[in-house]
Amino acid sequence: MSIATDHKNHESTFAHSTVALLSGLLFGLGLIISGMVNPGKVIGFLDLAGDWDPSLLFVMGGGVAVTTATFWLVLRRERPLFETKFFLPTKADLDGRLLTGAALFGIGWGVGGLCPGPAITALATLDPSVVLFVGAMLLGMVLQNLVAE
Amino acid sequence: MENFTPLSALIGGSFIGLSAVIMLAGNGRIAGISGILGGAISSRGEEKRWRVLFLAGLLLATLLYQFVSSSPITIETQASPEFLVVAGLLVGFGTRLGSGCTSGHGICGIARFSKRSFVATATFMLFGFITVYVTRHLMELGI
Repeated sequence: MSIATDHKNHESTFAHSTVALLSGLLFGLGLIISGMVNPGKVIGFLDLAGDWDPSLLFVMGGGVAVTTATFWLVLRRERPLFETKFFLPTKADLDGRLLTGAALFGIGWGVGGLCPGPAITALATLDPSVVLFVGAMLLGMVLQNLVAE
Repeated sequence: MENFTPLSALIGGSFIGLSAVIMLAGNGRIAGISGILGGAISSRGEEKRWRVLFLAGLLLATLLYQFVSSSPITIETQASPEFLVVAGLLVGFGTRLGSGCTSGHGICGIARFSKRSFVATATFMLFGFITVYVTRHLMELGI
């Protein structure tokens, strides 16, 4: 049964897998090069009243410049290269879940200096603080899933 | 602003942007880490495969960087274990409830001119600023 669904969704599992792995690798390298894997540097950005480090703004700026310049071109195509369609978020309205979720995330981000991408990337260093954070983060995700059901 | 590193920030940021473009053009997906991670836990089969591979790519980046580069990866966490657990729970729960984090809303959503992503990004940034102000300057928790 799983084989049937495989072929319905993807023409080339190998290319699809390669894209996923390469995309993850580039993303991780970007986080490392920019210093965003370091919670101390992220807190340095969030600490407006301290010795402010605007680097994160430049990371976002660099990233958003690339995506804004290219996404519209990509989305003009009928479909992606290795999928039958684009999987884009469909919700358009602001709701309490979005705002509450973003606020809770912001508080957690401010306390730990870690968000999901840097946390997973830094996990490979086996830094005990990161391991602890990621464990709690996964638990938080599972809890949210349970509450949503 | 003695820690400000604009050049490496821009270069690293472009890598992240490029990663998101490759993911969208190749697989038609948004490179949002909390969504990919949450889906990797709950999904099965093909959906799980590409998500796990993307996450493996993140881990591989660290191993590759450590192998190639002479400078070590700096990770400074000042929060105590208790605070790290609270932070992790909030980040995990919050990103799933709010349908995204810094990457999905911040890097990808803004490029799609999504109203929800603009608002989410402004909200988590604002709460991040407030939280650090409260913990560092009002309560002086040393985190």
